[in-house]
Amino acid sequence: MTATVAKRLLTAIPVLFGLSIIVFLMIALIPGDPATAILGSYATPENVARLNASLGLDQSLPQQYLAWITGVLHGDFGRSYALNRPVIDIVLERFSATLLLAGASLLLATVFGLLAGIVSAVRQFGLADKVITLIVLIGISMPSFWLGLLLILFFAVKIRLFPASGMVAIYGGGGPLDILHHLVLPAVTLALVATGVIARLTRTAMLEVLRQDYIRTARAKGLTERRVVYRHAFKAALVSIIPVIGIQAGFVLGGAVYVETVFQWPGIGAMLVNAISQRDILLVQGGVLVVAAAYVLFNLLADICQTLLDPRLK
Amino acid sequence: MRKLLAAAFALCALVMVGPATAQTPPNALIVGQIAEPKSLDPQAVTATNDFRILVNLYDGLVRFKKGTLEVEPDLAKSWDISDDGTTYTFHLREGVKFQDGTPFNAEAVKFTFDRMLDKTNPYYDTGPFPLAFFFSQVDTVTAKDDNTVVFKLKEPFAPFLSNLAYPTGLIVSPAAVKQYGKDFGRHPVGTGAFKFAEWDPNTKVVVTRNPDYWGGPPQLEAVVFRPITDANTRVAEMLSGGIDLMVEVPPDSLSQFKQNSSFKVYEAAGPHLWFLILNTKEGPFSDKRVRQAVNYAIDKKALVDNVLQGTATIAAGPIPRAFAWANDGSVKPYPYDPEKAKELIRAAGAEGKTLTFYVAEGGSGMLDPVAMATAIQADLKKVGLNARIQTYEWNTYLANVNPGLKGKADMAEMAWMTNDPDTLPFLALRTDAAPDKGGFNSGYYSNPDVDKLLDEARRVTDRNKRGELYEKVQKIVHDDAPWAFIANWKQNAVSTAAVKGFELEPSFLLNLKDVTKE
Repeated sequence: MTATVAKRLLTAIPVLFGLSIIVFLMIALIPGDPATAILGSYATPENVARLNASLGLDQSLPQQYLAWITGVLHGDFGRSYALNRPVIDIVLERFSATLLLAGASLLLATVFGLLAGIVSAVRQFGLADKVITLIVLIGISMPSFWLGLLLILFFAVKIRLFPASGMVAIYGGGGPLDILHHLVLPAVTLALVATGVIARLTRTAMLEVLRQDYIRTARAKGLTERRVVYRHAFKAALVSIIPVIGIQAGFVLGGAVYVETVFQWPGIGAMLVNAISQRDILLVQGGVLVVAAAYVLFNLLADICQTLLDPRLK
Repeated sequence: MRKLLAAAFALCALVMVGPATAQTPPNALIVGQIAEPKSLDPQAVTATNDFRILVNLYDGLVRFKKGTLEVEPDLAKSWDISDDGTTYTFHLREGVKFQDGTPFNAEAVKFTFDRMLDKTNPYYDTGPFPLAFFFSQVDTVTAKDDNTVVFKLKEPFAPFLSNLAYPTGLIVSPAAVKQYGKDFGRHPVGTGAFKFAEWDPNTKVVVTRNPDYWGGPPQLEAVVFRPITDANTRVAEMLSGGIDLMVEVPPDSLSQFKQNSSFKVYEAAGPHLWFLILNTKEGPFSDKRVRQAVNYAIDKKALVDNVLQGTATIAAGPIPRAFAWANDGSVKPYPYDPEKAKELIRAAGAEGKTLTFYVAEGGSGMLDPVAMATAIQADLKKVGLNARIQTYEWNTYLANVNPGLKGKADMAEMAWMTNDPDTLPFLALRTDAAPDKGGFNSGYYSNPDVDKLLDEARRVTDRNKRGELYEKVQKIVHDDAPWAFIANWKQNAVSTAAVKGFELEPSFLLNLKDVTKE
């Protein structure tokens, strides 16, 4: 087991390395540069050249990349042009906010997705199944940024139960309860699609398992229905559900971009969007690297969980 | 299971009632900004968004008089200009202190400008200073005595005073720059009415009352600037009581606020111009008649009223009406006259010509560029011109348009916001401002009379005389029509009814010194 994990982690290194080159090239190849972005209307060729020189962007591309990667290997991710702060500070601060949001959403999506899927499967074609299927369909089809705005309009503007945006209260904020209060709307918004996907797959997986002979045997032995469903069927179905949850973990990380923008959640998605439009190449590099590493890690975790659940995979 | 559910419900209840829902504390003003500031170092930033905070923390030698774009004394009590227009002597206000307790004096002024302009200055590396070229005409800055500072210019440059009133000319505390170095932008110290208290990244910048402010302390105890990038979210925060004041309200929401007596809406025309650059070098627009025809053909009133929903006024020429001293309003906008346009096009033999039209997807001051382009395209179609739209993301767009339209396009959208009537025509309408000479004259307009007038207006230091010269420029350029003049944006803001004493400034800055909150 340890060897497998170590091997998986090692193969991640060339992936991240290749990714950093691709991102670097992409940002370098699209027109526009940080100096143009910073200067806006005042971006005369002369001013741009002067500012690029003082930002160290007048070197050749390989030189720039080499300088960056050397820095990274020494733990220095450089300084953001646009925000004039060390990249690593910004990225970590933003990523922890995203992790909180994505984690909460994934938790909500998993709990409600599994429950809905199980109920749907057990009561196949019943009223509960129909209602859940309808809600799930709406959930999957609704764009998250739009849903987010609706939730803000109702819960923040109309009944003023939750704050409209931000992560902490402007005065006296920052406690766990305060953050939780701010977390509810964005987390629910972000969780909705993932909940739908998980619910659908859980339903399918459960239906398949419930048709198996050993379930009939379990029922014949006189076990309670609850025991049959949760101990026998669900545990077996989980093997095919876990990888989906792993994929959804990546999905909520990516989907966080919209939700973070709508709710002004200070996460890494919103940061990356800004950094790209500013051509803030070092910040983009740092951000992408961290997100990619998280993806790799999540998938690895999902695989480990699956292996633990299903002895055949060992 | 039951226990779990009960616990979950308990938690939900706790989260809902727990902390007080967004209520802004008394006597602190919460401002919804459009983005996180980059830095609070006045020489290091370029965005109006950041300037709105800066002018409350720092003072300049001069400033724009309330409600105008005229220059008035600030940290300088008065100034003399030599007859040849190259020496400016400023007499400074005495007894003023920076918020860190160090004295404001001529040395501090010299330090501020040397840091930005002199590559050999030990603190030059606290930059870069992207807008330093505002002061590229400055040769030397000398502290004659404690309260007198002398600027020597390389050549006469009349917009110098306006540039000093711009946030790039705000005076920083030398002691603080020396202490914090490159991080000065996160620990700003000036002489302004408010002093810096806290910067919580992506959440808020807090400034508090400066009790020792030389002009008397402000009414508000504190101002909190919150970055809320999404315009709809900003509106929602305003409606839910999370902020007291917001700028750049989407046109759609403006009418909603106007109908609600709990809010106050502010609008003011600014020194902004939205125009189409026409390629005067090649294609149909090398003929003046076709350029004028485009100006007649576009229904600017419909654009301003319908597409921009009343958030702009119709432009008449290159100099916005907000520069009241340089534009007396005698040059009127081209009327909407499709018949006349058709006539001109027929006379020029340009009927049925196809035009390549560069359009931006967004960008600073560009308003609603795609919708506007579509409306313009339809207007041109009516007079027999086929505009083919090509859209680009803003940065890509600038990289395409700024090097010139030659061989690529016939027309391109553009917008500028300036602090002096000199800036836009000087950088974008002179023969010597062609793209290959480092300017923004992407349509290659060239008229020796305009060149001469603009040069002269830089040398004359008397404001009234300058004004007359710009009026002449306005007239000639209006007639030559190197651009299609479309709109001057009205900036807007919304506050709760409790906010008093707030006014929008034509400079787009946000002066909060006299604001109160009941």
